[in-house]
Amino acid sequence: MEILNDLLNYLPAAIVAVGGLVVMMMDGYKAKSRLIYQTTMFFLAGALVIATYDLLYQEVGTLFSDMAASGSTAAFGTFIVVFGTFFTVILTHDYLIGVKHNYPQVYPLLMFCTVGMIVLATANDLVTVFIGLETMSISLYALAGIIRDKQLGVESALKYFILGAFSTGFFLYGIALLYGATGSTNLSEIGAYTDGSMIYWGGVSMLLVAFFFKISAVPFHMWTPDVYTGSPTTITAYMSTASKTAAIVALVLILERALPYAADQITSTMAIIAIMTMVLGNTVAMVQDNVKRMLAYSSIAHVGYLLVGLAAGTDLGFTAVLYYLLAYSLMNIGAFGVVAYYEKNHDVHFNNIESYAGLGYKQPLMGILLSVFLLSLAGIPPLAGFIGKYLVFAAAVEAGLINLVIIGVLASAASAYFYLRVMVYLYFKESKEPVKLMKPLRVYSFSLVVLAVLTLYFGILPAGITELIASYFSGNGLAIVP
Amino acid sequence: MAEYVWLIVLIPLIGFLINGIGGLSSEAYRKQKTLIGTIATISVFIPFLIALQIFFGMGADSEPYVARLFTWIEAGSFSSEVAYRVDQLSIIMALVVTGVGALIHLYSMGYMKDDEGYWKFFAYLNLFIFAMLNLVLGNNLILLFLGWEGVGVCSYLLIGYWYGDMAKSDAAKKAFVFNRVGDFAFLVAMFLVFRAVGSLDFDIILNNLSAFTPEITFWVAVLMFIGATGKSAQIPLFVWLPDAMAGPTPVSALIHAATMVTSGIYLISRFSSMYVLTPEAMLIVAIIGGLTAIVAATIAITQYDIKKVLAYSTVSQLGFMFLALGSGGFIAAMFHVVTHAFFKACLFLGSGSVIHAMHHVEHELEHEGKDVHFDPQDMRYMGGLKKYMPSTYWTFLLSTFAIAGIPVFSGFFSKDEILAFVFNAGMGEYSYIYFALWGMAVLTAFLTAYYMFRLTLTTFHGTFKLPSKVKGAEDSEKYLHESPSTMTIPLWILGGLAVIGGFMGVPDFFVTTFTSSDIKINWLHAWLDGVTSDSALVLSYGTKWILVAIAILIAVFATVLAYRNYDNDKGEASDAALEKRFGSLYQVWSDKYKIDEIYDASIIQPTFKLSDRVLAVFDMKIVDGFVNAVGGTVRFFGSLLRFVQTGVVQTYALVFIIGVILVLSLIIF
Repeated sequence: MEILNDLLNYLPAAIVAVGGLVVMMMDGYKAKSRLIYQTTMFFLAGALVIATYDLLYQEVGTLFSDMAASGSTAAFGTFIVVFGTFFTVILTHDYLIGVKHNYPQVYPLLMFCTVGMIVLATANDLVTVFIGLETMSISLYALAGIIRDKQLGVESALKYFILGAFSTGFFLYGIALLYGATGSTNLSEIGAYTDGSMIYWGGVSMLLVAFFFKISAVPFHMWTPDVYTGSPTTITAYMSTASKTAAIVALVLILERALPYAADQITSTMAIIAIMTMVLGNTVAMVQDNVKRMLAYSSIAHVGYLLVGLAAGTDLGFTAVLYYLLAYSLMNIGAFGVVAYYEKNHDVHFNNIESYAGLGYKQPLMGILLSVFLLSLAGIPPLAGFIGKYLVFAAAVEAGLINLVIIGVLASAASAYFYLRVMVYLYFKESKEPVKLMKPLRVYSFSLVVLAVLTLYFGILPAGITELIASYFSGNGLAIVP
Repeated sequence: MAEYVWLIVLIPLIGFLINGIGGLSSEAYRKQKTLIGTIATISVFIPFLIALQIFFGMGADSEPYVARLFTWIEAGSFSSEVAYRVDQLSIIMALVVTGVGALIHLYSMGYMKDDEGYWKFFAYLNLFIFAMLNLVLGNNLILLFLGWEGVGVCSYLLIGYWYGDMAKSDAAKKAFVFNRVGDFAFLVAMFLVFRAVGSLDFDIILNNLSAFTPEITFWVAVLMFIGATGKSAQIPLFVWLPDAMAGPTPVSALIHAATMVTSGIYLISRFSSMYVLTPEAMLIVAIIGGLTAIVAATIAITQYDIKKVLAYSTVSQLGFMFLALGSGGFIAAMFHVVTHAFFKACLFLGSGSVIHAMHHVEHELEHEGKDVHFDPQDMRYMGGLKKYMPSTYWTFLLSTFAIAGIPVFSGFFSKDEILAFVFNAGMGEYSYIYFALWGMAVLTAFLTAYYMFRLTLTTFHGTFKLPSKVKGAEDSEKYLHESPSTMTIPLWILGGLAVIGGFMGVPDFFVTTFTSSDIKINWLHAWLDGVTSDSALVLSYGTKWILVAIAILIAVFATVLAYRNYDNDKGEASDAALEKRFGSLYQVWSDKYKIDEIYDASIIQPTFKLSDRVLAVFDMKIVDGFVNAVGGTVRFFGSLLRFVQTGVVQTYALVFIIGVILVLSLIIF
C-alpha cells in the first residue's frame, strides 16, 4: 500500500492532473467556457487547500522509490505554484474574455503545466526533474501562442519552442554526463560523489545552463522579452512567477542535495551570472516604453537577486531565495494583473507607458493596487519585496560576497526609476485623449486586493514565514529574521 | 480586572477609527455632529470606568501587573513587545488622562459645535488619548516612545487644526520642531540604556541599574531630562507652548495643560530610582525647573491675552514640578501633576467659555452690520463678566484659589509639599543651591497668586469694557451669555475637583503633631511609595509648620495685593504703575526675555542662510548633476544593449552558446 501512501502525499499534483484531464474532456464535448472555468477553479481550490495543509503539516520524506520529495521545500514549492495558478486562472478568464479570445483550451494547458511544475519542484531525481521540466515547458510553448491569430504571439511561441528545445538538449547532456561520472541520477547519490573528473564538471555546467535558460538568467535570457511581450498578459504573469518558482525550487534542491561538492565553483559562477543579470535586467528595463516589456526585463532583474541568494549557497541564502519566490509571485502576478486589466479595456498598444497617463484617477482602486505592487517590486518597505531583497543581500553579506551585494544594491536602487516612472504617469501626467475604463469585475479586483494585502502582510510580519522556511534547512537560519 | 487594561488603550483607537473613517468616507456622517461627539466622548469615558475598576481592585501594596499582548519587533537580540503595565503610578496617570480627557471631550461638543471639521477634531482627540495612554501604560521604553511621538503628532495636528491661518500652522510646526530636539536626546538615552542593559523593559532596566556606570547613569538621566524639557516645555525648549495656544481651547486644556506636557514628569518619576543615584543630574533638573518656574511666572504678569497668561502659568507650574523632581519629591511632583490637571484644565476651559462668549459678541455685532473687529482673547476688552457668566466665573475663581495656593484648595497641598521638599533637599548635598531655589520657588508662588488674580479680576470683575473701548460695540453686553451646559458641566466637575483634590495628599504631620499617633493620612504618598524612590523628609515638625505658614502668608498677601490693584477696573492703571516701577526689567518680562529672537538670530537665520547659499547650490549643481549624469550614462548603455535584442532566433542561439562557454569556463577553471 506504499503507492497509495505516496499518492496521498502527492495529492495536489494528482488533483490538478485529474482536473486537467476532466476539463480537457469537457472541452472536447463542447461544454460552455464558463463551466470549464468553474470546474478548473474547483479542482484548483481543492489542490490549494491540500497544498496549504501540506505546507504546514507534511512530513519530510521521499516518494515513489526516491523519485520525488515531500515536505519542506517540495511542499513550499507546490504551494506557491498552486497558489500562483489559482490566481492566474481567475485573472486569465476575465482577461481572455476582455480581449475577445476566449479559448477554453487554456484551462487544461494551465493545469498540465501546473502538474509539470509540481513534479519539477518536488523532484528528487534528475529524471523526475526532466519530466517535470518538459511537461511544464511544452505546455508553456502552447500557452505562449494560445491567441492563434495574433502574429506576435505565434512568433514568440515558436522562438520559445526552438530555444527551449535547444536548452533541453543541454539539459539531457548534463544528466548523461553526471550519470556517467557518478553512476546515478538520484540527487543524494550524486551528492555523495567527491571525485572531481572532467565529465562531472561538464555535467554540472550543462545542468546549470539549462536551468539558467529556464529562469532567464543573462546571457540565456534572450527569449524572455519577446515571449513575455507576445504572450497574453496573465500568461506572462504565470510564466514569470510559477514556472520560475518551480525551476528555482528544483535548483535549490539540486544544489543542496546533489552538488555540495561543487559549491565553491557554483558560487563563483552564480555570482558572475547574477551580476550580469541584475545589471542588464535593470538597465534595459530603464529604456523601455512598453510597460509589459519593462516588466519582462524587471523579471530578469529579479532573477538576478534570486541568483545572489543562490550564490551565497548557505542555509540563509536558500531561505532567502524561497521567501523571495513567494514575495515575487505575489507582487508580480499582481502587477501583471493590473496591466492586463488596463490592456483588456483597449488593445495591445495600450501597454505603451504614454497611454497610462492619468489612469490612476480613473479607477482609484486599480491605481493604488498597481502602485503597491510596483513599490514592492522596487523593494520599498514595508512591503514584501523589501524583505525579500533584504534577506537575499543579508545572506550574501554573511557569505562574504560583499562586492556582489554592492552591485546588487546599486542595481536595485536604479530600478526604482522605472517602477516609479509608471506611477508618475499614473498620477502626474494628464491623459491626451479621453480614456474610459470599465469597472473591473468584483472577483478580479478582489483577488488583486488579496495579493496586495498579502504583499503588505509578509512585508510587515515576515517572521512567521521565514521561520517556517528556515526550519527546512537544518534549522540554523533562525537568526536572520529581521 | 487588570487583565483588561488593553481595552483602555484599544477603545479610544476604535473611536478614532470610527470617526476618522466615517468622516473621511461619508458626507452624511460628517453632519451627524451629536453622534460623532458622543462616540468620541464615550470612547474615552468607558476606558475611564475600566481604569476606575482596576484602580479599586488595587491596593498600595499590589504587585505591578503586566499585560503582554504580542511581540512587536524582534531583531537579533533585540525584542520588544506590546505590553501594558498596571501599577500605582500608571493607573493614576491613566485615570487623569481618561477622566479629564472625557470631561474635555464633553466640553468640546459644545465648544466646537459650529466648526466644519467637527469629525476630524474628535478623531484627532481620540487618537491623542490613544497615544497618551500608550505613553503612560506602556511597559517598555519603545512603547512609551511610540506614545511620546504619537502625542507629539496629535499635538501638531491639533495646534494647526485651523491650518488655513498661516500663524497657526507655523505654531504647530514650531511645537513639532522643538519637540523633535528633545526627542533626539531621548532616543540617545534609549540607545545608552539598551547598550548597558540589553533591554528596554522597565522591570529589567530598573532591576539592573547596577549595570550602569555612574557616568552612564548621569548621561541617561540628563538626556532623558532633555527629552522631557521638549515635551514638558522647560528652558530652553519652552517657547513652543505659548504659541501652541493657537489651537482650539479644549486642546490647550487637554494637551497643553493637563496631560501631554506632564509626560516628562511621568517619565522621570518612572525612573526615579535611577535619578536618585545621580545627585548631579537631580540638581540640573531642579535648577532648570526652578528657573523655568520663575521666568515663566514673570512673563505671565505682563501678558494680556488670557490664554497666553494661562500658557505661561502652565510652563511655570511645570517648572515647579521639575523642581520637585530634582529635589527628590517625586510623589510631590505627581501630586501636583494631578491637582494641576484639575485646576488648569478648569481654567483653560473657563477661558474657552469666555472666548466663546466674546466670539459670539463679535459675531452678533457683525450680524448687526457693524464691522467691528477686536481680539476676543484680550482681557482688556473684558471685565464684569461675572454677571453674565456665573458658572464660568465661579469655577474660574475656585480654580484660581487652587492654583494660588489658598489653604484647603487643592493647589495649596501640592505646592506646599513641593516647597517642603525643596527646602528638605537644602539639608543635603548642594545645600546653598537648593536654598536659593527654595527662595525662587517662594517668589514664584507669590507671582503665581498675583498674576492669576490679576487675570480673574480683570476678566470677571469691574465693568464690561468692550463698549467703551471699541467703536461700534456700544451696548454689546446684551450679547454676552453663559455657555451651554455641555460646557458648564465639565467646568463644575473640574472646579469641584480643584477644590477637594488636595485631600488625597494631606501631609501626615498635620495630624501627627497634635495627636502623637503615627497615623498615615497622606493617601497619595502611601499609594505611590512603592513605585517611586522619594527622598526622606528630614525636617522637624516646627520647620514644616513654618514652611506651611510662609506658603499661606505668601499666597494671602499676593491675593490681597492683586485684589487692591486689579479690582474695580484698576487693572490697566496698576499695570502701568508696575511697568514704571520695574522699568527695564518689566520690559524684559513683556518681551519674554527675547528668547524667540535669540533662537531666530542664532539658529534659524544662519540655517536659512546656509541652506540658501550653500546647500541649495550644492544640491542643484553637484548632487542633481551627478544623478543626472549617472542616469544619462545608464540610459545610453541601455539603448546600446537594446540593439542586441534583434528578434532573430539565430542571434539568440548565438548568445546562448556564448553563455554556455562562459559557464563552462567558470566551472572548470
